[in-house]
Amino acid sequence: MPEGIKDKVAIIGMGCTKFGELWDKSAEDLMVEAFQEALEDAGIEKKDIQAAWQGNQFTEVNIGHSALPLATTLKLPFIPVTRVENLCASGTEALRGACYAVASGACDIALALGVEKVKDLGFGGLPRANEDIVSLGTRGRVIFPNWVNPNPGMFAMMAIKYFERYGLSIEEGKTALAKVSVKSHHNGALNPKAHLRREITVEDVLNAPIIAWPLGLFDSCGVSDGAAAAILVRADMAKSFRPDPVYIKALQVATESGESLMYTGYDYTHVETTHRAAIKAYQEAGIKNAREEISMMEAHDCFSITELVTYEDLMISPRGKAKEDIDAGFFELDGEIPCQPDGGLKCFGHPIGASGLRMLYEMYKQLQGKAGPRQIKNPRLGLTHNLGGQPPLSICSVCIVGL
Amino acid sequence: MAGIGISAYGVYIPRYRLSRKAISAAMGWLSPGALPGEKAVANYDEDSLTMAVAAGMDCLMGADRAGVDGLYFASTTFPYRERESAAIIATALDLSPNIRTADFADSLKAGTSAILSACDSVKAEGVRSILVCGSDYRLAKPGSPQEMVFGDGAAALLLGNSRVIASLEGWYSTSYDFPDYRRSEDDKFVRAVEDRFVREEGYAKFIPEAILGLLRKYELETKDFAKVAYPCLNLREHAAIGKRLGFQPSQIKEPLFTAIGESGAASPLMLLVAMLEEAKPGDNILLTSYGNGAEAVLFKVTGEIEKVRDRERLKKRLAFKKELTSYEKYLAFRGIIPVEVGPGGEVAPTQLPLTWRERRVILALYGSKCQRCGTPQYPPQRICVNPDCGAVDEMEDYRFSDKRGVVFSYTADHVASSIDPPLLYGMIDFDGGGRFVFEFTDYERDLLKVGMPVEMSLRRKYFDKPRGIHGYFWKAIPIRE
Repeated sequence: MPEGIKDKVAIIGMGCTKFGELWDKSAEDLMVEAFQEALEDAGIEKKDIQAAWQGNQFTEVNIGHSALPLATTLKLPFIPVTRVENLCASGTEALRGACYAVASGACDIALALGVEKVKDLGFGGLPRANEDIVSLGTRGRVIFPNWVNPNPGMFAMMAIKYFERYGLSIEEGKTALAKVSVKSHHNGALNPKAHLRREITVEDVLNAPIIAWPLGLFDSCGVSDGAAAAILVRADMAKSFRPDPVYIKALQVATESGESLMYTGYDYTHVETTHRAAIKAYQEAGIKNAREEISMMEAHDCFSITELVTYEDLMISPRGKAKEDIDAGFFELDGEIPCQPDGGLKCFGHPIGASGLRMLYEMYKQLQGKAGPRQIKNPRLGLTHNLGGQPPLSICSVCIVGL
Repeated sequence: MAGIGISAYGVYIPRYRLSRKAISAAMGWLSPGALPGEKAVANYDEDSLTMAVAAGMDCLMGADRAGVDGLYFASTTFPYRERESAAIIATALDLSPNIRTADFADSLKAGTSAILSACDSVKAEGVRSILVCGSDYRLAKPGSPQEMVFGDGAAALLLGNSRVIASLEGWYSTSYDFPDYRRSEDDKFVRAVEDRFVREEGYAKFIPEAILGLLRKYELETKDFAKVAYPCLNLREHAAIGKRLGFQPSQIKEPLFTAIGESGAASPLMLLVAMLEEAKPGDNILLTSYGNGAEAVLFKVTGEIEKVRDRERLKKRLAFKKELTSYEKYLAFRGIIPVEVGPGGEVAPTQLPLTWRERRVILALYGSKCQRCGTPQYPPQRICVNPDCGAVDEMEDYRFSDKRGVVFSYTADHVASSIDPPLLYGMIDFDGGGRFVFEFTDYERDLLKVGMPVEMSLRRKYFDKPRGIHGYFWKAIPIRE
């Protein structure tokens, strides 16, 4: 195991727009808003930034190709700017680029910004037509079912297998999943920047229209516009900017090898990339027992089932026991490890490329004690879990931050 | 011509049936009166080509595909006006590229033309067998008399010189430019001349002429035949023709009119299959087609017939059915009424160099099998997907289209764009190894279960309308046994 980047990079400033169906805002508006908040929070000037990374998935909607949209919108002064894309994990990829640049000594101060402006499509869901959501290239269009957006179905299949493996009836399984969403709606209602701010009940979830069997409307996150940004510096410089910088303890990515999709070894009741990234992240951060040491987390709850299996893949809940922790309120705001304190993808919203940095924004604010009514008591370590793709074909990043 | 004839047969009838009563209920205000029975209608993802492949698969099951030296496809409803369907079918059936292919088009008697041409071809040196597929899904205008009559389906026959189950013993053909049906370049629907004219001047004259011609040519009498079959445009006239010719009602093959409908160029092939399923060694069976004249073809059934795998396939296909209760759904399936399928219905430009390069992967469902660890994988990989193997370039080609599998997981996607929502798909584990995600078709979500056995079926996955390209791919069908 390489020594990693633990405590080599610090976050000194972050910004995040309100997420939502922002009909009156362009990608430029969102980038400027997130960036200016981060800049002010860091107390630096634009000229101090030496390199930047832009994370976003859908270039065809509003934003356009390359990193030029970020550079020209912010008028970055001829510094290296790079666009990265790894599906829904693109935001954390931008963070990783900036962190590695700082950790390597290539630069002292770097910007990571994630943005997505999908609501210009004029229809719900994710971009289609000329986009390949399925990551199998143009061949995928020809051979993959519903290649335009297989996400709901591919995650739904994990619920079918999970229920089957652990002997849950559809109703029992759906009720456990419903509690995941009810909890996130509760937290989201407390968050002024969240897209959806309405409390719901288990009955609401169970009675909602089906999206992809057995998942219903409230088992699924929506799609939003938004941006989030982080300013990273060398750890040894951090305290000169602010008294409470947040340090990167671990940042790991695992990418599917193909075996979960094409080899019969995969059980489809977990996400292998999450598990692999978690093992490495805990090693990098020096965490021996995640359930004891992690204070709070933001999981990639694109669907309720994703959040449930993530509890297990992150080794917070034992295999097959997530339901018990859910029933015990373990992940609620006043529970042992609050999950989605900001509302998660489910309620804060999901502007694809911004989501990884949005998760980090909440962990950063919580660690600094600035989370208002959602404030968690004395958090030490926060974890973000940012997943791209679908269970058998995914990219997962796990980031751990602390004071 | 002794020793040449049919060595195998296959049949396909789409799952849906539309009752003629339902058509009448919807369109009776315009054209009163209903015919008896129901007609077979293709699912939204089927066309003449996919049904031909299904019949071909049935025909070739267990056969040595390398021994097939040609494929002739008879239809009046091709997906393309220019681009050979027989070549697409041959690719899907994984026949050798070193074969003859031809489309037999434009006439309802194209099916028998293809059979006779195939038999002629087999006489040529080096040609062992020719697969003939007949398939049609003719489109009639809502409210037209033809809408009641036309049905969809396909049949396939392997014509060859070994293990012949019914040998070709004679034929009699006529050809007339009879203007019963037509479609010109821009016609979506079949145009027909007045019913009574078709019946009296064409149908009721051409079929007797061909049959009597054959009897004279080979000095036979009506009593020499175990069975005689000819298409049915009209039940009363169908019976009257047989009677006038002197056949006993028991000799006349029930024409499948109330169960399937008149299936165009596929009709004579399907009737031939129906006769073969009931035939005994030594039987003379007489098949007659109708269309721009008629063709009478005489076969003599051999002892090989008793070795045929499962001789109740037509009966089973007839039993494997589901009523399409909504006439409007039928209109939507056939593209007669436009329906809102959402923005996801937009299709990305088809990349033809890719579909050409990957034709076996797409059309014949070829993956690869690792020669080191034996793992089948789809789509084909250069580097073995087995995490404990990882062999590089040690793959052999591996065909999944004729493998069965089981449902590993499934979903019903209600937000996917589909003309028949929800879109069903799932992970399939193939018998013998290999796993991939496939759509399900001809099935209902409520009945899907993990562990169900499935078989594969070529379907029309999408239509790239701006570029006029039909995208075919394989879907899984849960097996009911």
